[in-house]
Amino acid sequence: MTPADAVAILGPLPVVLPLLGAGLTLTMTGRAAAQRLVSITVLTVVLAVAVVLLLLVDQAGAQSVVIGGWRPPLGIVLVVDRLSALLLVTSATVALGVLVYAVGQGMTDGEDSETPVSIFHPTYLILIAGVANAFLTGDLFNLYVGFEILLTASYVLLTLGGTEARLRAGVTYVIVSLVSSVLFLSGIGLVYGATGTVNLAQLAERLDTLPADTRLVLHVALLLGFGIKAAVFPLAFWLPDSYPTAPAPVTAVFAGLLTKIGVYAIIRTETLLFPGEELSNVLLVAALLTLTVAILGAIVQSDLKRVLSYTLVSHIGYMMFGIALGSVAGLAAAIFYAVHHITIQTTLFLASGLVERRGGSTSSRRLGGLAHLAPLLGVLYFVPAMNLAGIPPLSGFVGKLGLFRAGVAEGGWLVYTVVAAGALTSLLTLYAVARIWNVAFWRSPLEAENPEPVLLDPSPKGVMPPTMVAATAAMVTVGVLLAVAAGPLWSLCTRATEDLVDRNAYIRTVLQ
Amino acid sequence: MSVNVVLTVAVGLLFGTGVYLLMERSLTRVLLGFVLVGNGVNLLILHMGGPAGKAPIIADGVAASEMNDPLPQALILTAIVITFGVTAFILAMIYRSWRLAQGDLVVDDVDDRRVASGAGSPEEADEEMEAQPADTEFEGLR
Repeated sequence: MTPADAVAILGPLPVVLPLLGAGLTLTMTGRAAAQRLVSITVLTVVLAVAVVLLLLVDQAGAQSVVIGGWRPPLGIVLVVDRLSALLLVTSATVALGVLVYAVGQGMTDGEDSETPVSIFHPTYLILIAGVANAFLTGDLFNLYVGFEILLTASYVLLTLGGTEARLRAGVTYVIVSLVSSVLFLSGIGLVYGATGTVNLAQLAERLDTLPADTRLVLHVALLLGFGIKAAVFPLAFWLPDSYPTAPAPVTAVFAGLLTKIGVYAIIRTETLLFPGEELSNVLLVAALLTLTVAILGAIVQSDLKRVLSYTLVSHIGYMMFGIALGSVAGLAAAIFYAVHHITIQTTLFLASGLVERRGGSTSSRRLGGLAHLAPLLGVLYFVPAMNLAGIPPLSGFVGKLGLFRAGVAEGGWLVYTVVAAGALTSLLTLYAVARIWNVAFWRSPLEAENPEPVLLDPSPKGVMPPTMVAATAAMVTVGVLLAVAAGPLWSLCTRATEDLVDRNAYIRTVLQ
Repeated sequence: MSVNVVLTVAVGLLFGTGVYLLMERSLTRVLLGFVLVGNGVNLLILHMGGPAGKAPIIADGVAASEMNDPLPQALILTAIVITFGVTAFILAMIYRSWRLAQGDLVVDDVDDRRVASGAGSPEEADEEMEAQPADTEFEGLR
């Protein structure tokens, strides 16, 4: 069997399997054990398929799969290249880790109002199907459909239980997402009007022949839609208001995956559809402001989950910086940083969920003494927090170093400014996460303004279910492994970038 | 490409009124705004399919110039279905919000209010913001 045949069979599976699993789990309403079994099996298989796909395309180059019986450019194609396969592997790993964590939480809590388990599993699987579809598609409109699949699932997950706080957060999130979808859809309409196609490979050919001003309009229309999804300043205001109120596993998976889909779409737009420098400076300024403004937000906040939401937005700026540079080194560093950030940000939100369970709150006014009460939890927070801040030798340091080196190689005062802002952001991130460490873990609970009673109780039992701790510990380990395997991962990212820069190879793969 | 002025103006009107409604605090009006903007986008895509009056059906012996481009219409169908689903979801949210709070206003975030007002706790910030002007369809029912 040739690699092309293997990809033709395996390529659609990351989208199809979760959808089938969602249907199956929906029929199992009320049978929580069966639902757990199906969804964990499905995501394990998806992870295995993603790893095989990555190995195949890393050996044999990008492959396209025609689905639906129409030849491209008319029909929809899935394109598996190194970038999409790598991000798919990362997402599947994170999704599986979060699912195990959620199962641990659900088994302990039972089917209470916090996590209506019968809805959670199908919705979660649909979310993963949407994520996989967005990564794999080679068609602009199918990308929109992938976005809608994952967004609609995310609306349900964010408002799970329908409490007042979640509805309030949900309203902001839903409306902002709808606006971004409408912008994206109008962008597709305009692109189709100008070029007569929505196939990405054919678009890449035809967009080149358009007048520069038409290209600019289309470019900006698409970037606006993706920018809201990726939470790039000034389009990021919605994120810190909407993420923290959701259940911990939901916030974790959103933080890891949803914004990175936007980043992925921006990478594709900037490399495949609109290569060149026309908006590089705009993206650099956006990266600069995303980095600095959002990290200042993180410093003011007193709630752990909100601090993490602001660092999430802020670090999107690093990826935007790499994309704005447009060089092979810059893009490779951005891809590496995306892989690192998906893993670490998810892990931190999982740890914050454990803090909430053990300490009864995530507010720095009420926490204290967790390092003494739960030393393991201390490790589970501390390692990814240092990783996020970029302490060597962890992967956050490697990613930031790669970005800065790519920036210095590029030169120019604006680039140097962003590099300086990046270094400052790294320090301020360290300050923000260390402040939480000092308050929640280090000081005595008696020093807290308004300590949670559970922190003063010498012997609380069963507050941290072993499954949740194990899932978080596994994610922390994955984060550390990223640093251990930084060399091979870095060269993989570089090869992925070389694929991206060579547009003709992509076009040939799809249109033969 | 020929441009149909009536359709273009209609798209602009739908977008304009839709965006105006999206700015409102009442969720019901936001929903109506979303529906209008969604229809505006659909018209925009329809417009991209070429002039009206021809059937978008591929048949033997019919030249490409004699038929309309079927792809935009397929795209619109997908978009309509998505808009429909999301509209139903927002309606459910409005209903839930009405059940919980007897209103459908989009309120400011508690922590944002705290940071903005410099108040010590969310409760204090709540008190400070109690006097928010109400603007809702459900006002009289409070």
